[in-house]
Amino acid sequence: MVNENTDAILRWIPLLPLLAAAVHGVMIGLVRRTAPRWLVNTLSCGSVGLAFLLSCYAFFRLVGLDDDARFLVDSLYTWFGAGVGDTRFSAEMGLRLDPLSSVMTLVVTGVGFLIHLYSIGYMADDHREDRGYQRFFCYLNLFTFSMLVLVMADNLVLLFLGWEGVGLCSYLLIGFWYSDRWNAFCGSKAFIVNRIGDFGFLVGIFVLFGALAQVGSPSVAFADIRASYDLIRELTIPAPFWGESWRVVEVVGICFFIGAAGKSAQIPLYVWLPDAMAGPTPVSALIHAATMVTAGDYMVARLAFLYADAPVASSVMAWIGGLTAFVAATIAICQTDIKKVLAYSTVSQLGYMFLAAGTGGYTASIFHLVTHAFFKALLFLGAGSVILAMHHEQDIEKMGGLARRIRQTHFVFLVGVVAIAGFPPFSGFFSKDEILLAAYASHVPGHFWLYALGLLTAGITSFYMFRLYYKVFHGECRATADVREHIHEQPPIIVYPLWVLAALSVVGGLIGFPLVYGEWFGVEDSHSLNNWLNKVVGEASYHVPHSTEYVMALAAIGMSTAGLLLARFLYLSRPDLPPRIATSFAGVQRLLVNKYWVDEIYDALIVRPLVLISDRVFYRGVDAGLIDGFAVNGLGRSVRGIASGGLKYLQSGLTQSYVFSMLVGAAAILWYLAR
Amino acid sequence: MIPLEHVILLSAVLFGIGIVGVVTRRNLIVVLMSIELMLNAVNLAFVGFNRMWPGAPGQNALDGQVFVLMVITVAAAEVAVGLGIVISMFRNRDSVDIEEVSLLKW
Repeated sequence: MVNENTDAILRWIPLLPLLAAAVHGVMIGLVRRTAPRWLVNTLSCGSVGLAFLLSCYAFFRLVGLDDDARFLVDSLYTWFGAGVGDTRFSAEMGLRLDPLSSVMTLVVTGVGFLIHLYSIGYMADDHREDRGYQRFFCYLNLFTFSMLVLVMADNLVLLFLGWEGVGLCSYLLIGFWYSDRWNAFCGSKAFIVNRIGDFGFLVGIFVLFGALAQVGSPSVAFADIRASYDLIRELTIPAPFWGESWRVVEVVGICFFIGAAGKSAQIPLYVWLPDAMAGPTPVSALIHAATMVTAGDYMVARLAFLYADAPVASSVMAWIGGLTAFVAATIAICQTDIKKVLAYSTVSQLGYMFLAAGTGGYTASIFHLVTHAFFKALLFLGAGSVILAMHHEQDIEKMGGLARRIRQTHFVFLVGVVAIAGFPPFSGFFSKDEILLAAYASHVPGHFWLYALGLLTAGITSFYMFRLYYKVFHGECRATADVREHIHEQPPIIVYPLWVLAALSVVGGLIGFPLVYGEWFGVEDSHSLNNWLNKVVGEASYHVPHSTEYVMALAAIGMSTAGLLLARFLYLSRPDLPPRIATSFAGVQRLLVNKYWVDEIYDALIVRPLVLISDRVFYRGVDAGLIDGFAVNGLGRSVRGIASGGLKYLQSGLTQSYVFSMLVGAAAILWYLAR
Repeated sequence: MIPLEHVILLSAVLFGIGIVGVVTRRNLIVVLMSIELMLNAVNLAFVGFNRMWPGAPGQNALDGQVFVLMVITVAAAEVAVGLGIVISMFRNRDSVDIEEVSLLKW
C-alpha cells in the first residue's frame, strides 16, 4: 500500500500557491518596494497553473489505479499530538487524493487559474499606494492554498485548517478596498457569521472524536473514521430535550451541517454572502461562487457514509437546502445590483446542492457543484466585464442595450444564463435534473414537496436570470450619455478566460450524462462522474422508471421555458409592465426588495441585545467597574493609602536601623529553623 | 588539639562583637572594621570545621579552607569599594558619620 499509493508530488499541489503567496508576502512586508507587474503575474498565475498541471497528473495516476484502492496519499509529518495509548490524539499533515478530492482539486486549480488570469486584466487599473495589486494576488494565492488543503486533507483537523484559511482569505478579499468602511464592515460580517458555523463544526469534530475514542479507535483521519464507523453507529448520548437519547451520528451530522451552512451560505447563516459582493469581482467569482462556498457541500460528500446513516440530519439538510434555494431565488427577482442577483442565485444553487446531498444524491450534489463552478464563475466574470465596460456601474437599472456594444461578453454571458436556467444540453440541465430526481425518489419526509419546491425554484431561476440578461443586454441603454460613449469591449486577458469557461459550461454536463440519454446514443455507463465517485460517496440509493425520468426532464424544461418567456415578455416586450405590477403588489415587492428583512430581524434579535449587554454589563459593569475600578485602580489606591499612611515611616534613611531589622529577621528565621 | 567547641565559641564571640559594632557605631570606618571582624569570625569557623571533618579516611578535603581564601579575596575587594565610598563621603560632607547620610527616606 505504501509504495503504490504514495506519491510525494501531491504536496506540491497546495505548496506551490503557498510559496507564491509567501514570496508576495515577503516582497510586500519586508522588501517594501512595488514589484513589477510581470513578476507578480508570472508568480501567481504560474504557481496556480503548475498546480493545475500537477492535479491533472495526479488525476491520471488515480485513473490508472485499481478500482478498490483508488487513492494517493502523501504524509508529511505529525502536526500535533497529545496523550498516549487508547486516547491518543494526533493530527497529521497528510494529504489524500481520492476521486472526490481529485474532482475538487481540478475545479479549484482549473477554474482558479482562469480567474487568476482574468484578475490580471480586472485589477490592472489598481494603482494604489499600498501595493494593492500584489496584495491582491498574494491573498488569491493564499486562498488557493487553503482551499487545496481543505479538499486534500486526509483528516478532519487539517480540513478545518483549510476551512479557516479560506474564511480568512475571504475576509481579507471582501474588505480588499478597505478605505471604504462599508467594505470593511462586509468583510467582518462574513467572518463573524462564518464563525458561528465554525463553532458547530468544531463541536462536531469533538463529539465524533469522543465517540471514536470511546470505542477504542481514536482518530480524526477520514479513512479511520470510515473504517471504524460501524462501531459508533449505535452509540447514543443523553438528550437535553426531544426524547430520551440521540444517536451520536445524528448529532455529529447536525453539527457538521451547521458548519456547512455557515460556509456555504444556507438558512439561517446565508446573510453574509450577498454582502460579500463588496469584494472585487474576480474574488466573487472564485471564492463566493465557484470554490469556497462549496466547501460545505464537499465536506458533506466527504462524510457521505455518515450522512447516509443519519436520516434526521439528512432530512434537516434537505429541507434547509430546498428552502434556501427557494427563498434566495425569490429575493434575486427584485435585486437591481448585477452582482447581488448573482449572489442570491449562488445561495439558491448552493441550496440545490444541499437538497441533493440531504436526499442521498451525493453524486448529484458534487455534479452540480462542478457545473455550477463553471457557469457561475462565467457569469461573475462576465458581470465583471460588464461592470468594467460600464465604468464600475453595478446597477442594472442604468444598463441596457449592451448586446451590440460588447458582443463577446454578451455571448458568453448568454451561455452562462442558459446553463444556469437549465436548458439542455447545457451543463446546468443535467446536474439540476439529477438533483430533482434525487429529491423526487428519496425517502426524506415530504420529499414530493421538496421536489415541487426544487422545480418551482428552477422556474424562478430561469426567470430572474433572464430578467437580468434582458435588463443588461437588451432594451434602451439607460446609462448617462457620458458613460454610453465609452462602453467598450475588454482586452483579451479578460475575454479569453470567459470563452474557456463558456465552453466548459456547455460541455461540462457530459461528465454526468444520465444513463437514460446515454442509451439513445448507445453509450453504456455514460454517467462517468457516478462511476468515478461511487466508491467514495456510495451508490445512489434511488431508482425511478425511465418514463418518470422523461416526464421530470420535460417538466424542468417546461419550467425553465416558462421563466424565460415570462422574463422575455415583461422585460423585453412590455418593459412598462414590471413597475405597474410592483405597485399593485406593493406588499410583496417591499418584502422581496428588503430581502424579507432578515438582516433587520437579526439586528433586532441578536446584534442589538448583544451590543446592549456587552455595553451595559460587560463593558460598564465588568470591565470598567470590576476590573478597572476594583481590581486595577482599587488595588492601586489601597496600596497607596496604606503605604503613605504608615508604612513609609519605616524607611528612616538610617542604615543602622535597617541592619538591626535585618538582624532581628535573621534571628527569627534561625529560631524558627532550630525550634 | 584544640577542641572544636573552643574554636566555635571564639568565632561566635568575634561575630557578636562585629554585629554590635555594625549596629551601634556611627563612624563608617569603624563599621567597616566591624564587618571585617564578622567575616573573619566566619573564616575561623570554616577552618575549624574543615580541620574537624577532613572528609573520608585517607582523604584530606580542603573545601573549608578554599572557602576562606574566597572570603578573603571578596573582603579585600569589598574594603576597597567601602573605603572609596568613605573617602567620597568625607570629601562631600566633611564627616564620616553615618547618621548624617539619611537622605534616602520618605
